[in-house]
Amino acid sequence: MPAVLKGRGKTVAIALFVVFLAVVPSLGNNYYTSVLIIIGIHTIVTVGLCLLMGYTGQVSLGQSAFYGLGAYIAAVLSTTYFVNPWLAMLVAIVATTAFAIVIGFPIFRLRGNYLAMATLGLGIIFWIIFRELAGITGGPSGLPGVPSLSIAGFAFSSDFRFYYLVWGLCLAVMLISQNIVGSRMGRAMRAVRDSESAAQSVGINTAMVKVKVLALSAAYAALAGSLFTYYLNFVSPQPFSFLFNIHLVVMAVVGGLASIWGAVFGAATVRVLTEFLHPFGNIDVVLFGLILMVVMILTPQGVTQGLGDLWRALSARLPGRAQPG
Amino acid sequence: METSQLVQYIVSGVTMGSIYAIVGFGFTIIYSVTGIINFAQGEFVMLGAMISYSLLGLGLPLPAAFVLTVVLVTLIGAAFNLLAIRPARNASTISLIIITIGGALFIRAVSGLVWGRDAVALPPFTGNESISFLGAYIQPQSLWVIGLTLLLMVSLYLLMNRTLVGKALKAAALNRRAAALVGIDARTMSLISFALAAATGAVCGIVIAPISFAYYDMGVMLGLKGFVAAAMGGFTGIWGVFLGGLGLGLAESLGAGYISSAYKDAIALVFLFAVLLIRSRSLVVEEEET
Repeated sequence: MPAVLKGRGKTVAIALFVVFLAVVPSLGNNYYTSVLIIIGIHTIVTVGLCLLMGYTGQVSLGQSAFYGLGAYIAAVLSTTYFVNPWLAMLVAIVATTAFAIVIGFPIFRLRGNYLAMATLGLGIIFWIIFRELAGITGGPSGLPGVPSLSIAGFAFSSDFRFYYLVWGLCLAVMLISQNIVGSRMGRAMRAVRDSESAAQSVGINTAMVKVKVLALSAAYAALAGSLFTYYLNFVSPQPFSFLFNIHLVVMAVVGGLASIWGAVFGAATVRVLTEFLHPFGNIDVVLFGLILMVVMILTPQGVTQGLGDLWRALSARLPGRAQPG
Repeated sequence: METSQLVQYIVSGVTMGSIYAIVGFGFTIIYSVTGIINFAQGEFVMLGAMISYSLLGLGLPLPAAFVLTVVLVTLIGAAFNLLAIRPARNASTISLIIITIGGALFIRAVSGLVWGRDAVALPPFTGNESISFLGAYIQPQSLWVIGLTLLLMVSLYLLMNRTLVGKALKAAALNRRAAALVGIDARTMSLISFALAAATGAVCGIVIAPISFAYYDMGVMLGLKGFVAAAMGGFTGIWGVFLGGLGLGLAESLGAGYISSAYKDAIALVFLFAVLLIRSRSLVVEEEET
C-alpha cells in the first residue's frame, strides 16, 4: 500500500486534516482562506495527474488543456449564453471528458517520451486557442463578469462559502480516487504501469484502462477549472499556460506520484512557496526545478513516500519495535 | 501572389528552419546515444543567446564572445549530465523526463533572475544592411544562420564518421550493450552527448539572438520546434533532421504569411501531432527496444 500512514494512524491524520480545514476559515482571515481555496482547486487537478502518471504510468504535460477547457466552457456558457452556472459546470465536465476520450485513443498509441511531447503540445495548442479565439474567449484580456454559483438563493460569493464548496468537492474527489485505486480498476492501472505486455497477457484491455484514467483526470481538471472561474468571476488564458503543467508535475512529485492524499501536500507546498517567494522574483521556480531533480534522483516515489520510508527505517531501530508497520 | 513576397517568406522560412534543425541536432545527439529526450535542450539555446549578450556587453569582440559562450554552455551541459542525469542512471523514463524538465525549469528560472524578464536585442554579426534578392530583402544575419547550420552539419558529420569519439558515440547509439562489451563506457558517452548537444545549442542561441529577441523564456517554444524537427528526422540522421527543420520553418513562414500569423506556433504543433501519429508505430518499437 503506497501510503505513509496505515490503519488508525491514517484515520487520525485524515480527521485532523478535516478539522484543520473546518477551523481555518473561521479565523476570519480572507488571505488564508483564498490561498486554501486555490490549494483545493489545484489538489483536484493533481489527484487526476497522480492517477494518470503515478498509478497508470502515463505522462501528461497537458492537463492545462482540460483545466482550461473546463474553465472556458463554464465561463462562456454562463456569461455569454446565460446558462445556469451549475448546468454550465456539468456541460463543461461532460464535454471535456468526451474530448479526452476522443483524443485518448490516438494519443495513447504513443508512450514515454513521445507521449510527454504530444501532451505538452496539446496544452500549448489550447493555450493558443484560448488566446486567439477572441470572439468567444475574450482573447488575452479574458472574459469578465462570470457569475457566482448559488443554490436556491444562497450564493457561493464570499471566500468563506466558496471554501467549503471547494473542499467538500476536493474530499469527494480524493475519496472516489482512493476507492478506484483500491479496486480492480486500480490493480489494472498498476499492472499497465509496471508492464503493459504482462497486463495484456492477463486479459487487461490496456488501451481502455489508459483512456478511462485520462477521461477521469480530464473530468477532475474540468471540475477544478470551472470552480476556478466561478471563484474568480473571471477567466483569462494566463493560468492555463505551459508553466501550469510544470507546476502540476511539481505538486504530483512532491506529494508522491502514486499517492492520492499526497496531492494535498504537494499542492499546498507549491502554493505556499509561490505565495511566500514569488515577491522575490523567480526564486520559487528555481526551487521547483531543484525539487523535481532532487526528488526524482533520491526518492522516485516522491517526498511523502520518502518520508514514510525514513519513518519506517527510524521506527525499526526503536527498542521494542523491531517489526514496524 | 507576388514573387518577391514569396521569396521573402521562403528566405525567412529557411532561416528559421535552420534554427529548428540545429535545436533538433541537440535532441538527436542525446536521444540516439542515451534514449533520453532532453527537455532542457531549448534552455541551452537560451543560455547561448543570453551569455553571448552579456559577453558582448562586457566589450568582448564577437569571435571571442562566440567561442567563450560555446565553451561555457558546453560546461553547463556537462555539469547537468554529471549532477542530474548520471546519479539517476537506472531511473524510469518518467523519472528521466521529470529530471530534465526540472533541469529546464531550474536553468530558466535562474536565467530569469540573472538577466531579468525583459527581452534583449543583440546587434547582427555583420551590419544591418539588407541584401536585395529577387525583389526580397535578406538580412545578412540570415545568411550567417544558414551558413553556420551547414558548417555545423558538416562538422557533426565529420565528427561522427571520422573520429574515434564519433565512432564510439555511433556505436553506443546503435547498441549500448554491444558498445559496452567492446569497452565503450556508456556514462562517458552520455556525458559527451550532453556536452555536444549543449555546444550546438549554444551556437544556435548566438546566431538567433540578433534575429529574434533573446529572453529567459525563449527556450520553451524553440525546444518544442527543435523536437518536431528531430522527430521528423526520426532521431537518427543529421540530414533528416535538417530537412525536418526546413519543412517546419517553411510551413510556418508560408502559413503565417498567407493564412494567419496569430496561429504561427500552432502550425508547429500540428506538425508535432502529425509526425508523432504517423510515426507512432515505429517510435513505439524503438521505445520498447531501448
